[in-house]
Amino acid sequence: MGLDAFFAAIPFDQLLIQTVNGIVTGMILALVASGLTLIFGIMDVVNFAHGELFMLGAYVGVLTLAATGNFWVALVCASLLIALLGAVIHLTTLRPLIGRDPLTTILATFGLSLVLQNYALWQFGPVARKIQEPFTGQFAFFYLQYPWYRLVIAGLAAAIIAALWLFLKFGTYGIWIRATTQDRVMAEAMGIPVPWVLTAVFAIGAGMAAASGVLFGPLVGVNHAMGLDWVLRAFIVVVVGGMGNLGGSILAAIFISLLEAYASLFVPPSQAVIVSFVVLILTLLFRPTGLFVPTPK
Amino acid sequence: MRIRHSVLFWAGFCAIVALLAVAPLGLPKFWAGFLTEILIWGLLAMSSDILIGYVGLVSFGHSAFFGLGMYGAAAALLTVSPPSLWVALPYGLVASAAVAACVAYFSTRLRDIYFAITTLIFSQIFYVIIFTWTEVTGGENGLTFSRPRLDFPGLFSVPFTTETLHWFVLAVVVLSYLILRRITQSPFGMVLQSIRENEARTRAIGYPIERYKIVAVMLSGLFAGLAGVLYAVQNRFASPDFVFFLVSGEVVIFNVIGGIGTLVGPIVGAAFFLLLREVLSRFFTEFYLIPVGIIFIAMVIFMPQGLLGFARRWLNR
Repeated sequence: MGLDAFFAAIPFDQLLIQTVNGIVTGMILALVASGLTLIFGIMDVVNFAHGELFMLGAYVGVLTLAATGNFWVALVCASLLIALLGAVIHLTTLRPLIGRDPLTTILATFGLSLVLQNYALWQFGPVARKIQEPFTGQFAFFYLQYPWYRLVIAGLAAAIIAALWLFLKFGTYGIWIRATTQDRVMAEAMGIPVPWVLTAVFAIGAGMAAASGVLFGPLVGVNHAMGLDWVLRAFIVVVVGGMGNLGGSILAAIFISLLEAYASLFVPPSQAVIVSFVVLILTLLFRPTGLFVPTPK
Repeated sequence: MRIRHSVLFWAGFCAIVALLAVAPLGLPKFWAGFLTEILIWGLLAMSSDILIGYVGLVSFGHSAFFGLGMYGAAAALLTVSPPSLWVALPYGLVASAAVAACVAYFSTRLRDIYFAITTLIFSQIFYVIIFTWTEVTGGENGLTFSRPRLDFPGLFSVPFTTETLHWFVLAVVVLSYLILRRITQSPFGMVLQSIRENEARTRAIGYPIERYKIVAVMLSGLFAGLAGVLYAVQNRFASPDFVFFLVSGEVVIFNVIGGIGTLVGPIVGAAFFLLLREVLSRFFTEFYLIPVGIIFIAMVIFMPQGLLGFARRWLNR
């Protein structure tokens, strides 16, 4: 087989389609993972319930959409409500654990994820719900009619992450948050209300998870178990990108989603997940602190 | 004083084992089977306690070891004829030990949260493989097989009934407990505990802690696989649901509820959890995990030593 035949065998149009698909899912994943990494980097909390916040956000989106008929109202409503829920969760279950071993937070949030997931099952039933996309326009993309909505999601997710970054960089409260990350005791000495900063960070992370849930809702059905899948992928992204490293998580999210998208050209999607597992293991072997952080000697 | 303490311990131990041994004779069939199940889950939780309680590594991957034990036993019972318990046991143990070796090699380079996440991801890898490799593992439906006979060559051979199965499981669990207790009190166990207390110092003293951790994970995986074999024999099926990471989460819950670092605690925790589930599922049907989850969170916050630690402190008062 010559080189020409080899190149001819590669389906370039499919590769391109999968590249776009990969970037779209990658941006959503980056949105979920940036909330997770924010919570970890600042509070040392591994939030096992993050996927459930994503799922509940999608459900709140479904309900508000049914009530108001406006997708954007649903998006904002879901983010705010779940952010509020995040604040309540932090106050009731995580604040008593401040200062204890970070492992206890895994246990508490695992319990939380069980409660929230079964609550959703109880409240909304096992049947998947659908969120109608806000606009249905499509454009010709090789042999496909590609929906504009997918590109809009990617753009919106990027915009939300950029807003978060700007807030952390320049906003007064963003500076409080960064100060808390750097030195909790010193921040407190400077008059920053550290416990409330932690609550706010958890709320922001929860709100971001909810926003991604609503944005992603139209692509797949909304059901009570959708969080499990996402929290695992978000964990992989966060570890590969480097715990608490926002930029690294975004790059890792896109990288892993692209790999999974390409892999699903050859194997069924349920097996394509293994690719991201393998990436994780290789990362842990060679760059234990994440791909984008220099390994300390 | 020390002697009296040990006499007290062994007296209590014998009393509890004797009580558990006669229990199936007095209990209705359902509760006798339930007790056997508690013992099996207790063994799984106890195996995970070696890591959580003695090395300080929280494993979210015990479902993989448990599940591979089940599938190993299933492979033996389906392919080797006549199906024999004494073939199923090594098959399951070898399968889980191989998986444990692989997981241990990668995950012990990491600590704390990273260890937990890595073991979780590993168990998901095995879940995906088992779930999608339908020709060999039966995929979503799992594998069903018939129960082997309980035979000691040359001595006797009886079919497994509720009672004999219970006695067999009890014997295995008690033996495992004694072995694990001996291991945790051995110099090896002491090193493990010193890793938990201060890893850097243990390394400075000159112990190769990576090797100790690998052995600990393998040991833990081996006993988890043993629990898997027992579960397969009791329920006559192997299913991918048991490899899913929620099972690992439940095992961690057993540990925290019962009290980590005690070996007996996890069994108590498993009994408490399963009883709670049995009772609550009559009121809440399949949503029993809502109250169970709330109780679990409350215990993490208010009772970090678990039931056993709480009872001990209350007795000492």
